[in-house]
Amino acid sequence: MPDGPVVRIKGLHKSFGPLEVLKGIDLEIEPGEVVVIFGRSGSGKSTLLRCVNWLEEPSAGVVEVDGIRLEPGQRTRSRREHIREVRMRCGMVFQEFNLFPHLTALENVMEGPVTVRGLERTTSRRLAVELLGRVGLADKADEHPIRLSGGQKQRVAIARALAMEPTIMLFDEPTSALDPELIGEVLAVMKALATEMQMTMMVVTHEMGFAREVANRMLFLHEGEVVEEGPPSRILTEPQDARTRTFLAAVL
Amino acid sequence: MEVEKQIGGAGEIRPPGVPDEDLSRWQRAEVASLRVPFRVKLALVWLGVITVLGIMFVLVRFDLGWMAEHARFIFLGIPFTLLISVAAIILAVILAVLGSLARLSRNPIAFGVSGFYVSFFRGTPLIVQMFLIYAGLAQIGGNLRTMGYAWGELLILDSLLAGILALGLNYGAYMTEIFRAGIQSVAHGQAEAAQAIGMTYGQMMRRVILPQAVRVIIPPTGNEFIAMLKDSALVSFLGTVVSQMELFRRAQLVGIADFRPFEALILAAGMYWALTTVFTFFQQRLERRLSRGYVRAGSFQLGGGAAGHAG
Repeated sequence: MPDGPVVRIKGLHKSFGPLEVLKGIDLEIEPGEVVVIFGRSGSGKSTLLRCVNWLEEPSAGVVEVDGIRLEPGQRTRSRREHIREVRMRCGMVFQEFNLFPHLTALENVMEGPVTVRGLERTTSRRLAVELLGRVGLADKADEHPIRLSGGQKQRVAIARALAMEPTIMLFDEPTSALDPELIGEVLAVMKALATEMQMTMMVVTHEMGFAREVANRMLFLHEGEVVEEGPPSRILTEPQDARTRTFLAAVL
Repeated sequence: MEVEKQIGGAGEIRPPGVPDEDLSRWQRAEVASLRVPFRVKLALVWLGVITVLGIMFVLVRFDLGWMAEHARFIFLGIPFTLLISVAAIILAVILAVLGSLARLSRNPIAFGVSGFYVSFFRGTPLIVQMFLIYAGLAQIGGNLRTMGYAWGELLILDSLLAGILALGLNYGAYMTEIFRAGIQSVAHGQAEAAQAIGMTYGQMMRRVILPQAVRVIIPPTGNEFIAMLKDSALVSFLGTVVSQMELFRRAQLVGIADFRPFEALILAAGMYWALTTVFTFFQQRLERRLSRGYVRAGSFQLGGGAAGHAG
């Protein structure tokens, strides 16, 4: 791993037609850091996350992940390869899980290692079994996603992302689609990831309890700009900006 | 549930306290009818239809002896009917995969060519396409040959081959649209999840999108195959040689020769019907197999229970 930040974002802009969603974001994330991004819906937090692994193409700016520097431009062959390289180093967890329904839990986790990393099936299987064990689902390996609860699905999705052995994990509202009683099991896995594996993480969430416990830094996004950032101890107890205060008052 | 309620509610037709004799005939018939199970009624309907057909069969005065004698000759066309249909559906599936991916691509060549392909082969009659491929290509090939290009010979196709090619191209055009719809029916999140773990476009299609699209594609493709089984009869208009005659051609030939066209055609019709029935059966089994992973078999356990083991 190169020295310095895992993610370095400079002057990131993103527009959807006339709508400017991100208005110049600068952000650096150090190895092992857990950054929680929060803000109202439409503030651009998901878009910011999706620009890191190029599920969205930024309109302007520079995104550097793990030493790979990319700027918006034509999708030439070499650039597509660079984007793929970036994606392989970013594990992404979606709000709606997006598990592959035609595969079992184990096959979902094995898919990346086998197809993308080109590992042996036996090696991939061993890795997948180990990861499913780590998210507490060793006994569900042969189930198809439809037979899993939301919380179980999301934990399989986390294992699937980890199977790429990424340098950073991106969580896009990982608990927003879950029934309240299933949120805890997913947050527990994420917490273990941060504390036991020292995984670098960008987490878009409204789970302020999780942020307080696990995050090193919190970012409050408002209308495409970072309005305030700092350690959770400060952000959650004495936010400086009026907009942060209003938002926190509403969710806490 | 709904049906049971209706059957159970049979008594409600009769106002309370009114004896049977006081009901109108219509009401009494309705009450009686509600007591007969659906399956029994269905069997009666089938019996009725078969009886009518049987009466027609007797009235038409078929030469049964002739039919028994020549059934075997017509039956021997089945291998060629199957050969034509299977070869053509394989070609059609390949064309449909390529065509649908091209229809969904932003490559101008792929998009343009596939658009023309679908438009032409859906827009003109199959029988015309058959003659274009059989006779039209042969004419071009012949002219090329006289111009000194020996490879023009390759365009002069055997009638069976031309028929298979035309069927495959024609059905491929229809199935391009079926496959395109199937691919588009796969949730957008699936493509994103595949891309997020770093899959290339090809890997994403092969490993994630197409396997899921297949579930949507199989039922209409089965329909296409059944239609194809019968459209394979059109190949006979290209004048297949004796050794390659399929069902319809054999029936037509032997029927005309012995002046028994109806007998021959009804035999062929029965055989086509039997073939499609067999394939419908296998299609249903395949569909059930493919629904694995989409149907919650057995009991569904809610809740993690394993959350505590995390980490």
